[in-house]
Amino acid sequence: MRNKEKNSETSDLMRKKKFNLKEGFFLSLIRTLGFTGAVILFIILFFVAYNGIHILSWEFITQPPVDAMTKGGIFPVIVGTILLTALCMIIVVPIGVITAIFLAEYSKPGVLLKTVMMSIYTLAGVPSVVFGLFGLAVFVVAFNFGMSLLAGSLTLAVMILPYIISTSEEAIKTVPYSFKEASFACGATKWQTIRKVVLPTAMPGILTGGILGTAKVSGETAPIMFTAAAFFTPGVPRSLFEPLMALPYHIYVLATSGTHIEETRPIQYGTALTLIVLVLGMNLLGIILRSRQRKKKAW
Amino acid sequence: MALKWQTREKAVEIIVTSVGFLSVIVLLLIGFFLFKEAFYIFYKAGVLKVLFGTAWYPTYEPPSFGMFPLIMGTVAVTVLTAIMAIPLGLATAVYIAEIAHYKVKEILKPLVEMLASFPSVVLGFFGMVVIAPILSSWLSPIISERLPELLRSTNLPFVSTTLADMCYDKLFIASGLNISTAALMLSVRAIPIISSIAEDALTAVPRTYREASYSLGASKWETIWRVVIPSSVSGLSVAVILGIGTIIGETMIVLMVAGGAAVIPLWIFDPARPMPSAIAAEMAEAPYQSLHYHALFGVGAILFLITFLLSLISDFVSRKYRAIRIGEKI
Amino acid sequence: MVENKNIFEIRDFNIYYVDFKAVSNITLDIEAYRITAIIGPSGCGKSTLLRSLNRMNDLITTSRVEGKVFFKGIDIYHRDTDVIELRKRVGMVFQKPNPFPSSVYENVAYGPRIRGINKKSLLDEIVENALIRADLWKEVKDKVHESGMSLSGGQMQRLCIARSLAQEPEVLLFDEPTSALDPISTANIENLLQELQKTITIVIVTHNMQQAARISNYTAFMYLGELIEFGDTDTIFVNPHHKLTEEYITGRFG
Repeated sequence: MRNKEKNSETSDLMRKKKFNLKEGFFLSLIRTLGFTGAVILFIILFFVAYNGIHILSWEFITQPPVDAMTKGGIFPVIVGTILLTALCMIIVVPIGVITAIFLAEYSKPGVLLKTVMMSIYTLAGVPSVVFGLFGLAVFVVAFNFGMSLLAGSLTLAVMILPYIISTSEEAIKTVPYSFKEASFACGATKWQTIRKVVLPTAMPGILTGGILGTAKVSGETAPIMFTAAAFFTPGVPRSLFEPLMALPYHIYVLATSGTHIEETRPIQYGTALTLIVLVLGMNLLGIILRSRQRKKKAW
Repeated sequence: MALKWQTREKAVEIIVTSVGFLSVIVLLLIGFFLFKEAFYIFYKAGVLKVLFGTAWYPTYEPPSFGMFPLIMGTVAVTVLTAIMAIPLGLATAVYIAEIAHYKVKEILKPLVEMLASFPSVVLGFFGMVVIAPILSSWLSPIISERLPELLRSTNLPFVSTTLADMCYDKLFIASGLNISTAALMLSVRAIPIISSIAEDALTAVPRTYREASYSLGASKWETIWRVVIPSSVSGLSVAVILGIGTIIGETMIVLMVAGGAAVIPLWIFDPARPMPSAIAAEMAEAPYQSLHYHALFGVGAILFLITFLLSLISDFVSRKYRAIRIGEKI
Repeated sequence: MVENKNIFEIRDFNIYYVDFKAVSNITLDIEAYRITAIIGPSGCGKSTLLRSLNRMNDLITTSRVEGKVFFKGIDIYHRDTDVIELRKRVGMVFQKPNPFPSSVYENVAYGPRIRGINKKSLLDEIVENALIRADLWKEVKDKVHESGMSLSGGQMQRLCIARSLAQEPEVLLFDEPTSALDPISTANIENLLQELQKTITIVIVTHNMQQAARISNYTAFMYLGELIEFGDTDTIFVNPHHKLTEEYITGRFG
């Protein structure tokens, strides 16, 4: 009798993996959708690269534009973006890191901390064009900086501040408590511990956040439209208070306004490709650094 | 001597704390300046007239500042984008977090992250020079001419008459720059954002839940559908809300491909002028302190309020989510 | 009739994680309707072996097996074996109680539901029976719709046992089920296991030698991935053949 029972059970367990319609349908649906994202990125990348690659040359990135921007290179545009981004980071990283130190080390739970957290959270959701309006009202008009490198950098700094705070805070929070204990046990004060132990340990993480933030900032258009970027400037800005040309805005103006939209198409592709290489390159660098740090962490 | 380091520590704490409050000040300043500059237009033209007026003619004489077409433009592109981006974004997250082989995951995850940081001006540019011409000169003849012809030739009642006429009328794409193109490019922007937040939420589901489900003989899909997704539902909602926030605030894409007409879009191939694009397109021409200038700040203030509201909602939802995760640790 | 007595027959079985051999050359029979304990120091491969019995180690993508495990004469690592069906019939209870973040009722009803049982009256019956068998019904009958997370640690573990019992398994694998519990809850679970043994086969991995001695019929001692000694629990604890076993159970290492 037991043998009989066993046989029926055997067939039950050994049935050929029955094709489960629901299971198969949903899993392959999700698999397909999941790959769509990757495919889209490649299509766009390929298209821009295909059209932009033959205009990219040493001359293109080292010469200024000529003949009403229909010919020549984009040297001042590249420099403009680099200056804007660099100044923005110089302004925002210290503030972001100090805020992160406040959140991770000095804050006490309560209404005040909740207000700060909520502000950072809200700031992160504000549309970039609204930051542009803010920069216009405050830095350009109220502080009287005019459309300038400084006003644009400050606007971008305000925009990227929440991101820098959260990546720095994350980096600081991964520093193990035992490191701090060891420092306190040696008689160090809180600030000494932060400066000598916490910050150096968290520095790679903070820098990675900075690099990823730089990538985000350098691709932004809306915040600099009314605060820094000009349709055309004769060269690179010579002071903090001069307007400049920047890669994202350059693509926008060449593609939508002006009288030579079709003629400048190759330059548009070239500029777009330059911007993509810059942004994705920085991104890739940040991502690689981050995954290395995660693997390296022995504690 | 002992006093000296204590004073220094106190000083550091005060400095760090005050810098910590800078974000609050910045947020207040943004709100203050937006509403200060926006106040005048609502005061001068009346709140209801501005919000529900259907004529946006800022440069006419006399000008008219009805923001309703702009608001509806934003609503239209947001709804269209959400229909595409939310399912795709969530599906991508589920794929990366639950299904993909770890080697695929190692490549796909950074790729999605890179897509999230893709400059939106390039997406707008791509929509302008690639998608728009495809829609107007390739897709439109097929679906608004060939398709009706084909339908007419069937000689079926309704199909050959009403349906064919409807295709002829409705599927004609006058310009490739319309809310559908905008929604398509906005999806490219929103999908990676939704998917990376959603993936974090899925990954945060404790491994023990999955083990329990598998040990009870659940299949992969059953485990995903009945255990993993329900226990991360608030995190997934946050992903959706933040994704919608991104769509509403995204400027360059709608500026370049939505068509720019300040009329209420009634059909998916109509052009629109969503709120961010109105600000970006007109701010440069609006004279300082003119009514137009104030009106654009008014649009900005509405945008700010919407995103503020979305932040509050997602904060509320994520707090519930955190409560569950803490409960699980007991 | 030797074949019928043994529900599991493990033959020359090896498990690798990438290059590391976690379980080495194990040959072992597990008798039906008995409690078999697997003991040994941490990292000896006992949990890995246990998890291989209902193929939970499939979830670790880097693991790989060699050799055979027969469940009622069926090679469970054969490619035609339905792993889902296997796990329904060979359930598992984990070290840390892991109820789903839903109600007591939904936790127990999870298994029946994925088998397609949706009828309320039938589900009610299954849930009640499972909770009774897991000796939890008396304590939770008034709060079956409250969260499973609100129970005490010992109750949560019995909830997890009930959740497995609702599948009517033939074997239950326990992976250190009491290591996260207090002594009273542990005693409750041990009583429960002895009660359950009348109807199902139990394999338990434990750190706690007294526990193995108290409740099991057979004990296997593993060390560094190898099976050192296997036999009647009484023999192993009173009169071990192998020196290593003796040293371990007398507490000289481990």
